[in-house]
Amino acid sequence: MRPLVELNQVTFGFGAEPVLEDISLHLHPGQFAALVGPSGAGKTSLLKLILGVLQPTHGEVCIKGQALNGKPAPRVGYVPQLEAVDWNFPVTVAQAVLMGRIQRSGVWPWPGRKDKERLNAILEQLDIAELAGRHIRDLSGGQQQRVFLARALIADPELLVLDEPTTGVDMRTAENVLHMLGELNRQGITILISTHDLNTAAAHLPWVICINRRVIAQGPPEEVFTVETLNETYQGDMLVMHQDGMLFVQQKPHGHTYHDLFPHPVPGEVPAHRAESD
Amino acid sequence: MEILLEPFQFEFFRNGTIAAVLVGALCGLIGVYIVLRGMSYIGHGLSHAIFGGAVVSYLMAWNFYLGAGLWGFIAAILINQTVRRTKINADAAIGVITTASFATGVALISRYRHFNRNFDAALFGNILGVSQSDVWVVAGVTLMIAAIIFFMYKQLLFTTFQAEVAEVYGVKTQWVDTLFALILAAALIASMQILGVTLIAAALIIPAITARLLTDSFSRMNLLSTMIGALTGLFGMYLSYTIDIASGASIVLLQAATFGVVLLMMSIQKQVSRRLVNIHV
Repeated sequence: MRPLVELNQVTFGFGAEPVLEDISLHLHPGQFAALVGPSGAGKTSLLKLILGVLQPTHGEVCIKGQALNGKPAPRVGYVPQLEAVDWNFPVTVAQAVLMGRIQRSGVWPWPGRKDKERLNAILEQLDIAELAGRHIRDLSGGQQQRVFLARALIADPELLVLDEPTTGVDMRTAENVLHMLGELNRQGITILISTHDLNTAAAHLPWVICINRRVIAQGPPEEVFTVETLNETYQGDMLVMHQDGMLFVQQKPHGHTYHDLFPHPVPGEVPAHRAESD
Repeated sequence: MEILLEPFQFEFFRNGTIAAVLVGALCGLIGVYIVLRGMSYIGHGLSHAIFGGAVVSYLMAWNFYLGAGLWGFIAAILINQTVRRTKINADAAIGVITTASFATGVALISRYRHFNRNFDAALFGNILGVSQSDVWVVAGVTLMIAAIIFFMYKQLLFTTFQAEVAEVYGVKTQWVDTLFALILAAALIASMQILGVTLIAAALIIPAITARLLTDSFSRMNLLSTMIGALTGLFGMYLSYTIDIASGASIVLLQAATFGVVLLMMSIQKQVSRRLVNIHV
């Protein structure tokens, strides 16, 4: 099977310490994969190479067998980090989502009949139809994530790229976002996300890629998330636990706990009347 | 009614008013993009730079629009290159290059005092300086820019909102940026006679931020800002005629007053709705 995304010995950045070095990756149609690694490991740069926004210094990036050579990747939906969005910008949910149709809609500034049909279908699908006229700031974190997911989906992508979709939202929202992505993946869309959250990746994704300038390991989480691999990726002291068929990853405290350093910390207090009423 | 129409019997007032309405609408429209891109200072700076170009082109007997336009474009490129090639930030580069260009204009004027042309008009705006041919130029520039923004609306919106993401979706953002710089230079030159270089920045910013207070929708912000610009242009001209003050100043003061009123209305509305919520609780 021909891979949808192919990186052959890609290096990015100049000098003795390039941002990314000798990266070889394949993503097959229908795959759902997470890119994990510490801050500064080159996760965002790697996503941008695949999107065609950045160009490799060496090697090549191919989408469906075609080298990008400085052109944006075709049929790719991109969801940026929520933290990078200017929430005061005056756009409504519908206006933001319709930006994704830019290559397909006509010359007029207003949306056409087809644009509106697609918009309604996507908003229904993501369960945000009643929010179409709202300003993007007046939404919950999960709804905001759905708006930008809708903008990516309205372009009918074969590949969906999400930069840190679980950062900056609470645990339950993160869980919902990953379930939604799982559902889209079952409908046939290839998905690549970057994430800091190893435990969510382990629980929700069938394939993980550990990077820190180079690819350290790639494979199913139960094979890749080993103490050796994670120590190499995070340059730290990691702990891997298995419980109830799930896998948990934790950074070990730096050889000591708070109590080791401060045997008598300042205690907190539960207000008395609250305690009485209990 | 007669009092309202009375000043229209003078040709200078007719020309001036048509030009002020067009320039008000034009600055209101492109001001939306200036404000949302955080480019307020470059609008202010470039108008000053163009003043230098205007004086030089007058002395050299070049065509005003060509000379000033070329000068403004070169200033924009110099700013761009300074920021790219040195450690200097954009605001500082704008401060150096545009002010030096403005100072060139001032120096030349003070050296050759025998100017026939009234450069007060270029500095502060003057309806007496607007001829029939100026009106045609302003109308032409306004129509051209309105058409460009109309047909580039989606690309401009996406680039203004998230340039990097727009690139992924196939928008050629560098091209959009260059086009917008040219639009801005053209608008500044067309507005110079009416508003004066020192006051153009306000006409770019105030209608846009007033419209922003009134709506959360991008398309409505475009319409409102254009309308506010056009209306303050019209009534600013009346004000200028009635109480005999410079046209640029009267338009800008009217815009500032409109902004103040809208701001006040908004905070009253907020107070009222907060109080209503409290009553319901």
